[in-house]
Amino acid sequence: MFQPIANPTTKPVAPKFGDKDLIRRSASNITPAAQRQPEVAKLIDVSKCIGCKACQVACLEWNNLVEEVGINVGVYDNPHDLTPNTWTLMRYSEYQNPESGNLEWLIRKDGCMHCEDPGCLKACPAPGAIVQYSNGIVDFVHDNCIGCGYCVKGCPFNIPRISKVDNKAYKCSLCVDRVAVGQGPACQKACPTQAIVFGTKDEMKKWADFRIKDLKSRGFKNAGLYDPPGVSGTHVMYVLQHADKPQIYANLANNPSISPVVEIWKGVTKYAGLAAMGAFVAIGFLHHIIAGPNRVSAEDEKNAEKLTEGKA
Amino acid sequence: MTNSWTDIKNADVVWIMGGNAAEAHPCGFKWVTEAKAERGAKLMVVDPRFNRSAAMADHYAPIRAGSDIAFLSGVVNYLLSNDKIHKEYVRNYTNAAFVVQEGYGFDEGLFTGYNESKRTYDRSTWDYEFSADGFAVRDMTLEHPRCVYQLMKKHFERYTPELVERVSGTPKDKFLKVAEWVASTANGERAMTIMYALGWTQHSHGAQNIRTAAMIQLLCGNIGIPGGGVNALRGHSNVQGITDVGTLTAAIPGYLALPAESEPTLESHLGKRTFKPLLPNQTSYWQNYRKFYVSFLKSYFGAKATPENEFGYQWMPKLDTPYDALRMFDVMHQGKTTGLLCQGFNPLMSIAYSGKTVAALSKLKFLVSMDPIETDTARFWENHGEYNNVDTAKIQTEVFMLPVTTFAEEDGSFTNSSRCIQWKWQAADAYFEARKDIEILSDLFTRIRKLYEKDGGKGKDPLLAVDWSYKDPMHPSADELLKELNGKALVDLKDADGKVVRAAGQQLASFGEMRDDGSTDGSMWIYTGVYGPTGNLAQRRENTDPSGLGVFPTWGFAWPANRRIQYNRASADPQGKPWSDKKKYMYWDGQRWTGPDVPDYVPTIPPERATGPFIMNQEGVSRLWVRGLMADGPFPAHYESFESPLAANPIFPKIRGNPVARVFNNDMEIFGSAKDFPIVATTYRLVEHFHYWTKSVHANAVIQPEFFVEISEELAKEKGIKPGQLVRVWSNRGQVKGKAVVTKRMIPLKVDGKIVHQVGLPLNFGFIGETKKASPINSLTPPVGDANSQTPEFKSFLVNIEPVPGPVA
Repeated sequence: MFQPIANPTTKPVAPKFGDKDLIRRSASNITPAAQRQPEVAKLIDVSKCIGCKACQVACLEWNNLVEEVGINVGVYDNPHDLTPNTWTLMRYSEYQNPESGNLEWLIRKDGCMHCEDPGCLKACPAPGAIVQYSNGIVDFVHDNCIGCGYCVKGCPFNIPRISKVDNKAYKCSLCVDRVAVGQGPACQKACPTQAIVFGTKDEMKKWADFRIKDLKSRGFKNAGLYDPPGVSGTHVMYVLQHADKPQIYANLANNPSISPVVEIWKGVTKYAGLAAMGAFVAIGFLHHIIAGPNRVSAEDEKNAEKLTEGKA
Repeated sequence: MTNSWTDIKNADVVWIMGGNAAEAHPCGFKWVTEAKAERGAKLMVVDPRFNRSAAMADHYAPIRAGSDIAFLSGVVNYLLSNDKIHKEYVRNYTNAAFVVQEGYGFDEGLFTGYNESKRTYDRSTWDYEFSADGFAVRDMTLEHPRCVYQLMKKHFERYTPELVERVSGTPKDKFLKVAEWVASTANGERAMTIMYALGWTQHSHGAQNIRTAAMIQLLCGNIGIPGGGVNALRGHSNVQGITDVGTLTAAIPGYLALPAESEPTLESHLGKRTFKPLLPNQTSYWQNYRKFYVSFLKSYFGAKATPENEFGYQWMPKLDTPYDALRMFDVMHQGKTTGLLCQGFNPLMSIAYSGKTVAALSKLKFLVSMDPIETDTARFWENHGEYNNVDTAKIQTEVFMLPVTTFAEEDGSFTNSSRCIQWKWQAADAYFEARKDIEILSDLFTRIRKLYEKDGGKGKDPLLAVDWSYKDPMHPSADELLKELNGKALVDLKDADGKVVRAAGQQLASFGEMRDDGSTDGSMWIYTGVYGPTGNLAQRRENTDPSGLGVFPTWGFAWPANRRIQYNRASADPQGKPWSDKKKYMYWDGQRWTGPDVPDYVPTIPPERATGPFIMNQEGVSRLWVRGLMADGPFPAHYESFESPLAANPIFPKIRGNPVARVFNNDMEIFGSAKDFPIVATTYRLVEHFHYWTKSVHANAVIQPEFFVEISEELAKEKGIKPGQLVRVWSNRGQVKGKAVVTKRMIPLKVDGKIVHQVGLPLNFGFIGETKKASPINSLTPPVGDANSQTPEFKSFLVNIEPVPGPVA
């Protein structure tokens, strides 16, 4: 058993991290703290998940979210997709294993992966609407959100949803409020089978190794950890029975990376743009030195008068 | 449970059948995942559906609903014919060596003694051969042709893997893998736990399903050892407690019997229950029945219970026939019932054949619903369109709704599947005018008693005799009630030397202190010790486990006597040594029985005395052969469900259904045939909901909002049903409509040469609450009960299915 996180004290606890621990802030330049907080991670062991949806309810309850009662459309997944109120969702896949001939019911808890290299944050044009703490948690700051939806485009996992009520983007916060006071996320607390465990990323990787060994002993030779390098790893990781085929788990991204558009927009282009702007300044300055300042000619004045009087 | 939830982590093989622990017991299922992750245990699941437990399993085998005995008997035959049994355990700790008297026989599906017109057995031939000294005859070589072992070999030899495949539809290789994994534990080195629930009980042969499982565990030596056991998973947080306190129809608290009409005196009742040992030196603990019974009567009637008036035995009701739920509603349907008090009960949802339930409720003069939520039953008179299509104007039943507190709004205790009594404290105040159940009942009792005192009336004596001396008669506290269940000394109790061992007024420390002379009380002997002289042990919350075996001896109190694994003497060999180091639990240390648990044995009886480990039984050993204790046979036999897709029983063509299962005469016509209803249906719970409660809870309604029907891709194709399409499912008794969940997890099975389709029907939906409205699933189910327990056959009946035209969601 993974040693459960002790129950909290009933006394107030000072948060262990806050604004001073940001390493990224959307559309802003910040100076990260010299020392990074230990990186945290949530490990979701798909092979231990019974799909009970306790995590879904815990998420609704802890975050005070009210979801609509929907309908059944022929599957167990309810609601049918992530919404501004449903930040985590069980997705059920029936997989006929061609090698063993056995049916497998793969149940994956979907939600924000808290990428080390977050596409949403990179795409976000609103200063401070998306932040990343040095422990890896990526959080949306709704007061700063302008509802442009760029984060949706920037996310390689299709996670954020824009609310039609307040036109702001919503997703899992990794229960940043709980983690700040030494607790695990609500979903982890509610999970009855330890399919969800939480701790430092190093601990989680070690625990994942232990689980993968067990799965390999049961014939899942491609069992492995899902911690995709395309986004420099994630702070929500999966143990998969078939790590070579993430797509069989309700289309989990095979090799996720930040959309090239975002990368071009926010990466290369940004620096190219800055370089170009710098060049224009330099050229302008040179021009000023060489050709002298621009002067307004008599003809220019005349044309301007015509424009303002509407006679042009 | 013979063992406990936390003990499941000690299992090497976990077998889930007749239940779906991951779905219905997700928190307890944690211990299965622990056994897998930490011990490398293997999990196998046998079920009509590839369910949530199967999703976690190392091996899944499909089965036709209702054919469990054929499957389990196949395993028994595999163990016996391949000699893969734990021989020394079987020889010494079961009745395998006992010789059965001449005259017993089994032919064409019937045991000797059958009376066709009464649908009962004369069980007199189902007994042992006794020697002149009154003890049973044994042959320890197991070679006597009439010894239980030899009878068993013969009885089960027909259940070959081929027959299992033919009857149960389980492919032979998948069946054999189960049998091999079972056999891998028949050695005292490894253990298998069996986890079951209503998937085994809710059949016309439910009790025999469980019994066959127990036989398998005994053959493997898996009873009484860590990681073993036959473990009933209880469906409510306190359903174990409610069974213990005697809401069973023929029981009083602690599994003692309610007096029958044929027992006019206390002595006539007790005389039938002397339970003399059938072998020398046996404990036969039920010999103490008299002490428990008298203590119960003292607790009930207080000072008014005296030796002169048989301790008030005449005030006890005398049973003419068991009034189980099916019978209760049958009587009500005949118009013989005036009023019904429904306390935490939603019978319109939970009783078979809800059409009949509505008609029965309509004949009542009044119905009282005591519940924290509005139930469908309390609204049975309301027209909800096709979901509850009643003519309200014609129903004259007056309905009272008395809101009660929820579990979190009152002190009290829960008894879980592990038999562990755990105290809980009030966490919140009650809403509005909701009152505690205890207060409502006390109020009612006090008022009714006053009326009888004033006006007199038939049967007033018991009512006036009941001892109601609580501090506040209108508000007995949960603390007082648990104390009363435990019992106390009424006078100074002295030992043989005249020394006072328990002073008058002191709580009893164990049921061993109970006496039959009226000097002790205690209304439920099995709980004695929970509230002894040291206080309320149910409140203990010490989360330590010194042995590391999941015993947690100082967490709450497990009845009986705080014992966590029952029959634990059987974890050691006849000489008192553990069967193996791996399964070391309770052993003889030269002076006494010792181990991490409370011995299920007199701690100082040395192994040489050969006292058997099954101390409750007169034999001192467990029963592979149950003598006359079950209504439908000393051994199990495969019978078809009352509604079966097969025209005849493939094994015993002359006997189709359980020959002694009760069928009410007026209900015979309501069974459907495979011609009109070719599809097998089974009902079950969903993890997203708790019975019929959480359909009234918003978050639960969000995660599973609407009734659905699970069908195979093949059946969908055959019937032209698209995923998510509305389908109509109907039986000979009613119909329901729900969304089609077309899934690979349901597969058609080949049974007796023909393809049998099965559909799955979750039961948590109704017409009251936040989920989408649905008809009660029990509009479909048949009101036939198990031959022993009268549990309705919810898990296997016949339906038909068709798509409802219209747009697909």
